[in-house]
Amino acid sequence: MSKVTIPIGPQHPALKEPARFCLTLNGEKIYEIDLRLGYNHRGIEKACEERTYIQAMYLVERVCGICSHSHSTAFIQAVEEIAGLQLPRRGLYIRTLIAELERIHSHLLWLGVAGHEVGFDTLLMYAWRDRELVMDILADLTGNRVNYGINTIGGVRRDVTPRQIERVTKAMDTFEERTKYYVQVATEESTLIARLSNVGKLCYDDAMRLGAIGPTARACGLERDARKADPYGLYGELDFKVITDKHSDVYGRAVVRLLELMESYRIIRQLCKGMPEGPIAVKAPRKIPAGEALSRYEAPRGEDVHYVRGNGTDKPERVKIRAPTLANLQAVAKMLEDNYLADTTIVIAAIDPCFSCTDRAVLLKKSRRRNEEPVLWNSLRDYGIAWHRKQGLDFGDMNRRFGRMMERSSR
Amino acid sequence: MKKPGKMLMEVLRHAPKKPATEMYPHVRPYVPERFRGRLDFIPGKCIGCKMCMRDCPSKAITINKIGDKKFEAVIDLDRCIYCGQCVDSCPKDALLMTTDFELAQLDRRKLKIVLKDAGNATDAKPEAEPEKPVA
Amino acid sequence: MTALIGILVFPGVFFLSLFGLVCEFVDRKLHARLQHRVGPPWFQPLADFIKLVSKETIIPEEADRTMFRLMPALAVAAAAAAALYIPMWSAKALFSFSGDVIVVIYLLTIPTLTFFLGGWSSTSLYAMIGSVRCLTQLFAYEVPLFMGVLAPFMLASTWNFSELAEFYRAHPGYMIFNVIGFAVSLVALMGKLEKVPFDIPEAETEIVAGSFTEYSGRYLALFRMAVDIEMVVGASLLAAVFLPFGLGLPAGVAFALYVIKVLFVVVLLSILRTLFARLRIDQMVDFCWKYLAPASLVQLLINLAVKGALLS
Ligand code: SF4
Ligand code: SF4
Repeated sequence: MSKVTIPIGPQHPALKEPARFCLTLNGEKIYEIDLRLGYNHRGIEKACEERTYIQAMYLVERVCGICSHSHSTAFIQAVEEIAGLQLPRRGLYIRTLIAELERIHSHLLWLGVAGHEVGFDTLLMYAWRDRELVMDILADLTGNRVNYGINTIGGVRRDVTPRQIERVTKAMDTFEERTKYYVQVATEESTLIARLSNVGKLCYDDAMRLGAIGPTARACGLERDARKADPYGLYGELDFKVITDKHSDVYGRAVVRLLELMESYRIIRQLCKGMPEGPIAVKAPRKIPAGEALSRYEAPRGEDVHYVRGNGTDKPERVKIRAPTLANLQAVAKMLEDNYLADTTIVIAAIDPCFSCTDRAVLLKKSRRRNEEPVLWNSLRDYGIAWHRKQGLDFGDMNRRFGRMMERSSR
Repeated sequence: MKKPGKMLMEVLRHAPKKPATEMYPHVRPYVPERFRGRLDFIPGKCIGCKMCMRDCPSKAITINKIGDKKFEAVIDLDRCIYCGQCVDSCPKDALLMTTDFELAQLDRRKLKIVLKDAGNATDAKPEAEPEKPVA
Repeated sequence: MTALIGILVFPGVFFLSLFGLVCEFVDRKLHARLQHRVGPPWFQPLADFIKLVSKETIIPEEADRTMFRLMPALAVAAAAAAALYIPMWSAKALFSFSGDVIVVIYLLTIPTLTFFLGGWSSTSLYAMIGSVRCLTQLFAYEVPLFMGVLAPFMLASTWNFSELAEFYRAHPGYMIFNVIGFAVSLVALMGKLEKVPFDIPEAETEIVAGSFTEYSGRYLALFRMAVDIEMVVGASLLAAVFLPFGLGLPAGVAFALYVIKVLFVVVLLSILRTLFARLRIDQMVDFCWKYLAPASLVQLLINLAVKGALLS
């Protein structure tokens, strides 16, 4: 069979969100990958600048539907740092509790998705059934299954009752038992192992070089976890391990996530036991002083980075979000090389991608005061060519080849 | 130990059990106490400070003065993100969230509700005749 | 005239379609219950069929229109034709001659070929990859299926279903020797029906719906029906070959027994497909040649030995 190019996305049943992976196949093997992003850009960063900090917080929470707490916490940590707020202990405990519950629901979700991608729907059904338990707990604690809205500048908005703490502790036993079972399934079911192991290999050096993060990096033996490396919130005081694995493939990523679940249960147990009495939030000023802060947060998918700059008003001057998936996308291209077409989806799914969180757009405008029209890609290119020619550089040949390439890919 | 069919016992064990599927709408789902559903308004408590309007992230709530120290709340249910910030911001506890979540409508205009009496959400008048705040 | 009724109504296309829908329901419901879900109501397969038939049909502009439209009908026809040679509840099939088992097996190959051709002529990339996988897979499971099904015939020294039934009525104990053959054929049948772990040609997370990607409306309905009929025919084939008992009973009882046998096979298929992850095409081919084909060879050897030792 000669080389064929097949598009995975932007609309494809395997992708829950739009992104485009253009695969050139040599038979069933992948020969070349072309990755396109930006189908789902929502302009959240810009929109934050037009909202007060409180309003922006709710917007930022909606960057991602799965790790909503991660984004709102990362954002709020930065704001709190600028404002110099000291959080009450109980507030911190509750925030961390929700964070770990979110990790549980996200990792169980991933397990199901991974099962589905390799056609193991039974695993999907069972993993998601068990995930319902944590969703219900989150709804009980915060008032909603997603977009918990528990954070507020200076603490949290809802207290937990002793009944709820008891419920959480009890649920941990169930989860522990179920997770142990899934570990067994993942490490014993031979068809599953056949599909996961030696697929999407990423060696330690590549992971390092391409800046992989989260479980993707940890499955390559790279000990990268913002909770340990740069402890925020309560993590400095908690006893937990950073799970790593040496398999460097999708199988390793599955194992890392499953074992991380066990660590999350341990963390939650500690939190429930040590929850101090006291207020849950301090009063935050409406106007945040001028200043800037960078906040790191270990989301279920990897490190989430938020940068906030305040200018003394009640609105942020600049917000910059680096969602975890963006850091892992480079690695995906590397992982896909030389794999089977059949493995594409599981390899992509193995980084637990979240494209809408990641999408960024750049809009270039001509700076002629009033008449601000956007510059199109083609005219920008022509402009570049002309500019270089003026400098005495002619990329004629290269340009023509590039033009042909562009044409082909747009066809 | 690798072997195929690891989940055999698990699936056979579950087959005769009651399915885990949520049977909504035949069976009411579990709605937690703290659930953030449709807003409710207690006009008697409102002082018209409009803190709720100011903090609402989606401009979903409007407080209109309809008489001497009398206010009504107009809520766009399709704009509201059910965050509950207005409830938190209100200094007089004039707003509260109910556990009512079945808010879908076939007509978009019906999603604008006017709250004048506690617990009695009335449908807004059609868009054709915009409400004029009574001065 | 009776032959015509036989072909069209009973046990022909009409009966097979109906029974196919029943089997699909059993399969889907059981699959759901094994996954701790509710599953579809009893009329769902029929409702799906009616829905598809009443929908608009879209044929890709670049597709080969004749082939595209011909293939679904051909698939149903071939699958149904195979049924006419399989004895279902009596020792005799509607039609029968001395080499009928070979014909049945070949007729059962045709639907797979139509999937290939239908997908190929729809000129979509996904469909083409699905088609190629379809064919690759065919070569992997076909040999074990042949050998597995033919082994009991060898024991009975015949190529004819009726004579096979006669033989096992005379020596019912010999059925036990064919256990390996049954297992092999069951697994190969899963390949033929494209069920997990062998649903590689229509792997929805990779190539949308494989060969059927571009199909819609009544052509898709026909294809789906062909798959259902294939399931019934495949299950009937296994029942006739490996469970050939109770064929002499009065018509009503024998019919009930036949339904039970087929459903038994369907239930087995359904449990099996719940348990696995989808294999990759290379793994599938490997598996078939490394384990399935040798196992069917072993079955042949056993039957040869049994024949030599007990029947000479
Ligand atoms: S719940 Fe949130 S979005 Fe809705 S009206 Fe109140 S503040 Fe606005
Ligand atoms: S914040 Fe409360 S008191 Fe103030 S206008 Fe809104 S509802 Fe009325």
